[in-house]
Amino acid sequence: MESTVQPNLPGQAFTARHSLKGDIVRWSLITIVLLFFFSFLIIPLVSIFFEAFRQGVRVYLSSIVEADALSAIRLTLFVTLIVVPINAVFGILFAWVITKYSFRGKNFLITLIDLPFSVSPVIGGLIFILLFGQHSSLGQWLISHNINIVFNVPGIVLATLFVTFPFISRELIPLMQSQGTVSEEASIMLGASAWQTFIHVTLPNIKWALFYGIILCNARSIGEFGAVSVVSGHIRGMTNTMPLQIENLYNEYQFVAAFAIASIMSLLAILTMVIKVILENFIKKQTL
Amino acid sequence: MSRIQHSKKKQSIPGFGLTMGLSTLYLSLLVLIPLSLVFIYSARLGWTAFWNDVTDPRVVASYKLSFLTAFSAALVNLVFGLLFAWVLSRYTFPLKRIVDGLVDLPFALPTAVAGITLTTLYSEKGWIGKWLPFDVSFTPIGITLALIFVGLPFVVRMVQPVLQNFEHEVEEASASLGATPFQTFRRVIFPQLLPAALSGFSLAFARSLGEYGSVVFIAGNMPFKTEIAPLMIMTKLEQFDYPAATAIAVVMLVISFALILLINLIQWWSRIRYASH
Amino acid sequence: MKKHSLLLLAALMIISVLSACGSSNASQGSGDNTKKSIKLLNVSYDPTRELYEHYNAAFAKYWKKKTNQNVTIQQSHGGSGKQARSVIDGLKADVVTLALSGDIDAIADSTDNLNKNWQKRLPDNSTPYTSTIVFLVRKGNPKHIKDWDDLTRKGVSIVTPNPKTSGGARWNYLAAWAYADKKYNNDQAKSKAFVKKLYSNVKVLDSGARGATTTFTERGVGDVLIAWENEAFLSIDELGKDKFDIVTPSLSILAEPPVAVVDKNAKSNGTTKVATEYLKYLYSDEAQNIIAKNYYRPRNQKILAKYSDQFPKLNLVTVEDHFGGWTKAQKTHFADGGTFDQIYSK
Repeated sequence: MESTVQPNLPGQAFTARHSLKGDIVRWSLITIVLLFFFSFLIIPLVSIFFEAFRQGVRVYLSSIVEADALSAIRLTLFVTLIVVPINAVFGILFAWVITKYSFRGKNFLITLIDLPFSVSPVIGGLIFILLFGQHSSLGQWLISHNINIVFNVPGIVLATLFVTFPFISRELIPLMQSQGTVSEEASIMLGASAWQTFIHVTLPNIKWALFYGIILCNARSIGEFGAVSVVSGHIRGMTNTMPLQIENLYNEYQFVAAFAIASIMSLLAILTMVIKVILENFIKKQTL
Repeated sequence: MSRIQHSKKKQSIPGFGLTMGLSTLYLSLLVLIPLSLVFIYSARLGWTAFWNDVTDPRVVASYKLSFLTAFSAALVNLVFGLLFAWVLSRYTFPLKRIVDGLVDLPFALPTAVAGITLTTLYSEKGWIGKWLPFDVSFTPIGITLALIFVGLPFVVRMVQPVLQNFEHEVEEASASLGATPFQTFRRVIFPQLLPAALSGFSLAFARSLGEYGSVVFIAGNMPFKTEIAPLMIMTKLEQFDYPAATAIAVVMLVISFALILLINLIQWWSRIRYASH
Repeated sequence: MKKHSLLLLAALMIISVLSACGSSNASQGSGDNTKKSIKLLNVSYDPTRELYEHYNAAFAKYWKKKTNQNVTIQQSHGGSGKQARSVIDGLKADVVTLALSGDIDAIADSTDNLNKNWQKRLPDNSTPYTSTIVFLVRKGNPKHIKDWDDLTRKGVSIVTPNPKTSGGARWNYLAAWAYADKKYNNDQAKSKAFVKKLYSNVKVLDSGARGATTTFTERGVGDVLIAWENEAFLSIDELGKDKFDIVTPSLSILAEPPVAVVDKNAKSNGTTKVATEYLKYLYSDEAQNIIAKNYYRPRNQKILAKYSDQFPKLNLVTVEDHFGGWTKAQKTHFADGGTFDQIYSK
């Protein structure tokens, strides 16, 4: 049951058996993927860096260390640091509830979890304005007591939580479904508590999916634009996240500065990749 | 072999009450209560006004465009997402690590940047656009393109963990029993992948439906031709017309909720069917 | 080991949430006029960034000299309607400086934060600067675009923002309409046909003014961009003098972007005095010069005359005189079912 499969190994024996035909299939598939990859991901990425460095390294650096840009980077990282752990904990919880128990209305619950995806980001932001803004009595009470949720950092956190809410549980659910509940039931029968079962039986089995989920959630909370744009208020140096700062700069004809920050965001994505590779190697070493 | 145990007896794992309670609480606080406001606001319109707002020909044209482009984009992503996940988890090739890592890029890039970049690349004078015999920017093709970009990671990241966790002894067993790779894929691998692939598809589709930031740049926003439904919501908001804006939001919400529910049901059904085999 | 890391995670989570709440309380600008430094939030629309960047510096200097108080002005920019909505929804702006009075009226109408007669409180309808609508064309004007008539010609492709989503673009639309009214002696059916023909040449309706400018200048789409005069000048400045020309039509509209103190917010932030002075000082000679340098037309006629080669004279109609004010214009042209919807209906 324990299946810590190294991503590279499986399939090699498989393809070795059908050498020639397998090779043709394999390489044509790889070629298609690489072509798609280059035209859809690499060219846009290269063009971002191309724009960012159009006026040289010095302009690039100066647009990054600019005070408003730094505050945008700080705010984005701060928001992500809050959002990802919260959604990770609750994402696991949701996946656990859905896959380990049987109850009525399960499909309905899964669909509710997906809901934030199908809501336009514009609406995702608007609902918090309706809830905490001057429209509702709750909002009026909060504002009169000088507690500002929207057009402030807590509003940005809430909108980001909302938008990234389904990522981790959605990543875990298909995997945990295909794994079933046999191991957990065995563990319970042997006298372990639900918590122990989760830590020692379930968690090791889902760590890859959890990890992917966290990466996605992390990426999305850094990059979220639409919902945050509605609740932020766009105050420079205060409530501008990196994506909003990019929009601002772009609208000021500061294309180089805008793309410089965009390149920082791409670098963050690449950094996640490096962390992932390191972790993969680490786990491989441990299991060997 | 792990298979779904469709037990009708009492919960075999303790802790149902606590975990279920916590989940519903979080779901209600973060999603359900705020979203219910959309319904409350649109209800202020009254039925006739609501119906007039949501069936305005221009609004209807925008639903059509949004659903059509989102669906095509999700379909493309399903095919290429499966391919990506397969190639990434089964083969070794140069640049693999880079490909693997950068698949998430569309998430990390703010949608506005994606929109601006794609518009630049595909406009008449762009790096890619100038080689193409037809217009991409400011047409429905451009919208679909932006949505493909935005939704790509969903299917890949959904299917990849399942493939990686898949006991490949099964494949070997299948192969040693004389099955062709295609048969192995169809009979053994595909059924296991289906739930994950469908979730990926439904997520990519749902996400594309609501996407605003990347699309407004590349769409051109011409009424009846390239106006997407989220833009119609923005249009209503610009007139300070919250009820009408939320009315369109309600329609989109209900339709996409129904669609995702349908996909989830298909998934559930297919799992039972394959599990019973 | 794993249990510990989970506990750590939980602790981290709680700390983060608490600090987030903390930050919400810390950012209150409640102070009185005797404080050493004071903060002011100016919520403005897109194409005023450069203007207020310069003006804020000048005003801070002036205020320091006058009261020995340091004033920091925070800026928020975005689409005019969106910004107005944020203020309605609770963004605590001390002053608003938006693209059209309709947007500030909306704040006054839907909240009690602003006195309804706000526009009478400062000279010239509370608009310390004006602009007008002009055409930006490719260098050398290859399509020979001279006036509004040329925009309805076959084969001319136009870029202009969507008046439904961009407040600034409503001036563009009304300018075309005003020209048609003059041409056809106020025959509204003919005017509508003219505007319809013009908009059928529009290739891209961007959601915001800056987006439209970028589409025209950077993407190379279209033969002519209908733009605010200040926006046209600025894009030539920023994006290349040798690439574009400005064409001034025979008749255009006097675009009046107004300013107002949001009374209640300023009161609760303790900024009423500085906010009022901030807007008043826009009419000073120093500010009017800054305004002209940033390509807005100053209200002060003497200073306007100084920059006469920058701002050619042309026939200008006002929304007040020609369209009966913004409330009426909004209702006739831009509300649902208005003329803009009509020219696009099938």
